[in-house]
Amino acid sequence: MTVLLELDGLEARYGPVQALHGISLTVAEGEVVAVLGANGAGKTTTLRAISGTVSRSGTVQLEGKTLRGGPEVAARAGIAHVPEGRGTFVDLTVTENLRLGAYTRRDRQVKDDIRRVTEYFPWMEERRGQRAGTLSGGEQQMLALGRALMSRPKLLLLDEPSLGLAPMIVREFFRIVRELNDTEGLTVLVVEQDARIALSISSRAYVLEVGRVALTGSSEELRRDENVRRSYLGY
Amino acid sequence: MVVAAFSDFMQQIVSGLAAGGIYALLALALVIIHRSTGVINFAQGEMATLSAYIAWTLIAHHGWNYWLAFTATLAISFGGGVLIHRGVIRPVEQGSVLRIVIVTIGLLVAINGFIVWEWGGEPQLLQGPFGSSTYDLHGVVVSANDIGTILVAVAIVVLLWLLFRFTKIGLALRAAAVNPEEARLVGVRVTWMLALGWGLAATLGAVAGMLTAPAVFALDPNMMAPVLIYAFAAAVLGGIDSPIGAVVGGLLLGVLLNMLSYLSQYGAFGWFTEELRLPAALLIILGTLLVRPQGIFGKPEVKRV
Repeated sequence: MTVLLELDGLEARYGPVQALHGISLTVAEGEVVAVLGANGAGKTTTLRAISGTVSRSGTVQLEGKTLRGGPEVAARAGIAHVPEGRGTFVDLTVTENLRLGAYTRRDRQVKDDIRRVTEYFPWMEERRGQRAGTLSGGEQQMLALGRALMSRPKLLLLDEPSLGLAPMIVREFFRIVRELNDTEGLTVLVVEQDARIALSISSRAYVLEVGRVALTGSSEELRRDENVRRSYLGY
Repeated sequence: MVVAAFSDFMQQIVSGLAAGGIYALLALALVIIHRSTGVINFAQGEMATLSAYIAWTLIAHHGWNYWLAFTATLAISFGGGVLIHRGVIRPVEQGSVLRIVIVTIGLLVAINGFIVWEWGGEPQLLQGPFGSSTYDLHGVVVSANDIGTILVAVAIVVLLWLLFRFTKIGLALRAAAVNPEEARLVGVRVTWMLALGWGLAATLGAVAGMLTAPAVFALDPNMMAPVLIYAFAAAVLGGIDSPIGAVVGGLLLGVLLNMLSYLSQYGAFGWFTEELRLPAALLIILGTLLVRPQGIFGKPEVKRV
């Protein structure tokens, strides 16, 4: 397995508050890896530090190359970050959101890709001209995923996709992520509050505690371990 | 008498649309910058005046053909707008918007001073490209300059609409303006988009400036001051974040002010003289802010909790 993403001693701070105290983590090509933990453990900050949305120290390497700079740089390197709380352009239409997803691309297949992406989300077809802000929460989350796919990412970062969504929508969302991984080999690093569903679609997981990796293992192991479930995952 | 009154009325509409077209262009410039930078650019009028002086220099001193000078001035103004953003706006962009507002006021004073220093305070004559002929259309006399002004304004608005609607860069400009953080996540270089926005605004201002000088029959350092107030009124009336609002607001304001002048000749609003045009614009600003703060086309601001 080739390592796609490697974090080494990643630290991040918000003003005087240090949120990450040296996170080290790897994601191999084609893997789905989950990052779990309680509120305030640093899950969201980890993703933000990877894409450069917060200032960081330590190294972030994608395909062995160190990333330097802000989110524009990460996006151009092939990282698609779907932030917490949807992350669509609410004033723009569905199609415009998808087109923006392909912003860094120079090829001419963007139109074909819009068709390809909408096959995963058939409802988008009829609502291409609708403003994203008028979609339901679940639809916006799907659109955010579709937009991320439009960049043909090497690595997809998903931040709390289940937040505020009905269980049925959450299951549908993760089913599509699973399918993308199976059929297209999409590599995913997903941060989730809902440990149960995250462990069900990932092959490995990291559990964070106050800005550090508390434990790591295969999702299978973590799911089976009663102690881990009780003390870290809360179910 | 009735026929004469009607053709007079139509003439006032046409010249109102011409004036309104200029207000609309400058209002669009204000809207573009307000959407992306979040402030009113108080230097927008002086930037336009500077552009008009550049055009005048190229034509009167260097003997350039009008449209060549027009095009060159647009390019120079675009570059100037980008430089202003990179040089003086971007360094103060973090933190309170008040800092940017103060910088734009500083720019207003600086550019005005520069114009007087470079070209002197006396009015110059910048000829329009449309000549001074008039046409008689079934009794309605319209000036070539008014028609030309309307056509140029319409063409610029259409071009801008095409740019924002159908091009990748236009899409990125909109995304960067309304949602900079998300835009960076998809790879848009937001600070460059903001600079491009300033460039576009300066270009729109340049067109407004070059159209204003022949309309007021003089190019002088303060000619855009009233136009900026009208543009401000147009933008507020239409909705300070709405490009369509700026265009409609500008045209509406131009026609409305002309109508008041026109009606005053016939007894109604007899007290409405030229001097009251500016106060009327300010009254429209005040009235809009009180009755419908988001303007005709604006969406009421909703803050997420």
